[in-house]
Amino acid sequence: MHRSTSRFVKPFALALTLAVGAVACGDSTDTAEEPSSGGATRTEGTLSGTLNGSGATFPKPFYEEVIAAYKEQQPGVTVNYAGGGSGTGRQNLQDGVVDFAGSDGLVKAEDVSKYKGGEFLYVPTITAPITVSYNLTGVQDLVLDGDTIAKIFQREIKQWDDAAIKALNPGATLPATPITVAHRSDGSGTTENFTKYLVAAAPDTWKLKSGSTVEWPADTQAGNGNQGVSQVVKSTAGAIGYVDLSDAKASGLQFASIKNKAGKAVKPTLEATSAALEGVVVADDLTYNPLNAGGDRSYPIAAPTWILVYKTQTDKVKGEALKSFLTFMLGEGQDLATDVDYAKLPDSLRQKALAQVAKISLPA
Amino acid sequence: MQADPGLVGKRPQFADRAFRVAALASGLSVLAVLALIAVSMAQKAWPAFRASGLDFVTSSRWAPNLEIFGALAFIAGTLLVSVIALVFAVPVSIGIALFLSELASRRLRRPVIYLIDLLAAVPSVVFGLWGLLVLAPSIGGFYQAVGGWLEPVPVLGTVFGPPYNGKSLFTAGLILALMITPIITSITREVFDTVPAGQKEAAFALSATRWEMIRGAIFPHSRSGMIGAVMLGLGRAMGETIAAALVIGSSPQLTARLFGSGDAMAAVIANQFGEAGGLHRSALIGLGVVLFAMTIVVNAVARTIVGRAPTVTRGGR
Repeated sequence: MHRSTSRFVKPFALALTLAVGAVACGDSTDTAEEPSSGGATRTEGTLSGTLNGSGATFPKPFYEEVIAAYKEQQPGVTVNYAGGGSGTGRQNLQDGVVDFAGSDGLVKAEDVSKYKGGEFLYVPTITAPITVSYNLTGVQDLVLDGDTIAKIFQREIKQWDDAAIKALNPGATLPATPITVAHRSDGSGTTENFTKYLVAAAPDTWKLKSGSTVEWPADTQAGNGNQGVSQVVKSTAGAIGYVDLSDAKASGLQFASIKNKAGKAVKPTLEATSAALEGVVVADDLTYNPLNAGGDRSYPIAAPTWILVYKTQTDKVKGEALKSFLTFMLGEGQDLATDVDYAKLPDSLRQKALAQVAKISLPA
Repeated sequence: MQADPGLVGKRPQFADRAFRVAALASGLSVLAVLALIAVSMAQKAWPAFRASGLDFVTSSRWAPNLEIFGALAFIAGTLLVSVIALVFAVPVSIGIALFLSELASRRLRRPVIYLIDLLAAVPSVVFGLWGLLVLAPSIGGFYQAVGGWLEPVPVLGTVFGPPYNGKSLFTAGLILALMITPIITSITREVFDTVPAGQKEAAFALSATRWEMIRGAIFPHSRSGMIGAVMLGLGRAMGETIAAALVIGSSPQLTARLFGSGDAMAAVIANQFGEAGGLHRSALIGLGVVLFAMTIVVNAVARTIVGRAPTVTRGGR
């Protein structure tokens, strides 16, 4: 679908592959000495091997785009990304059955020592907004804040014409429609990030804490996956739910502007999401929390996601391919993000991520 | 054990022994696989069992993010949904099987059997999606009507009272009923077909009506087979995962309100496993252990019932 973009980026791609080669090899050898299949290929296809990954489903559409574009550049490398959920990805990397894992969340401190391959690195790849989508005819630009969202999802606010919602939307005529809350039936990084936002933005109001599955009140509706929640919202008048941007758009849902930390109501756009990342404090291991970020232009419910890789690779060919693939994702791969409704990393974070990839060491 | 001397080849001892060993190994492998499954699951679930203690099966509070794991609501949900499925599927299946073996004309028989076998081959996710996209959105109104009608009745008024969710325990039960009907039908039909014609004719000869013949000749003869068929159906209903996960409503609450949302063990595992880590993961495996144990109990109970079934009217002496 978006394959046509690769025609434009190809010249850059070539330049970048060379650069990658230089970075990837570091001290020792030259990539070109790897005997590869086609003699006709010039700089393409100098690497080979199969990379297997699994984990977070939230960035999967983006990873699939990147994998397809990367395949055109390095036909000798096959990358598979199986999805399965962040927990599954982390478990697989821990057991050493995959080469990289996608994860929306961080590894718990007590689990770090269980990773068979030793020290692992977080490589941030992409971000995307989580929308608060609703189904209310006649109300165009709904504005909500963390406190109100917390009360709605805890079933403390049960009607659309509640005083708290009215106060945030002075111009709108809110109907007396009962609110139907839609949430995920499956464990999800989206739920985890959404609830983390509520913990950060409404610490006094939100009581359910955060997690991939939380104890939703009984009188709420559950849907499987982002599509499932979209379907509930779309088919129920008065419904509200949290859905990632691409699925909300695909289902034609309308979504609320959220009052951020600076008190400004911001729509869930890719720009506002990238903006949220700019001011964020990034730790040394490149973990960061973009939720409820400061700054006037920041959309406060942005979901981060990482690729986890072992710092010390044991297979040279595979390690080279892995470094090249990750560098590609953080380079021209970033330009594929907007096509699938994800926000690129801001340049500062992208550079740090590239430096992180360069830290991966290969056997001599 | 004694071989017929006329058929014995050159080295009967060896062939016999080899076959005996092979058959024994096959038989034992089933037990070994079962035992290995039980042991490895119990081992992986152990951290959760240890952390939750007896609460794992007596509490209905399931809050993975707070590491509170009580599976009672899911156990109850699994049983409720299975019972609903059986209530609908068993009479219909036996009806279909009787129709096919006793009433249907030859021309009708073949295509109907073919269609029912085809229904058994439909993947469960197809039933689930149909339930999610077609049945669930439209059945809420029906639930409301039933609920309104039964409201004055003391117990039923609560059981069939609000909320009236399209995605509910009852919807899941209906979908499961659809899924297990072909299984129960196929097996009971086969069983009915084994009733000796002589017994049926004997019943008619005693001037029994068709119904009396069915009751007096077919049912007693087929009893254990019918129970076996129902147990197979129940097994599928209890273990059914994805179809239930899609239409059950996914709400961990202990409820007798059949039109409200609930959850079942297999559905919870399917829904939460991907994102689960640590204790949450082992709690989900713990659900698997409980489900495993429940299946064994149900099967054992069924065996006992079959064993006690009177053999008086069976063929033979």
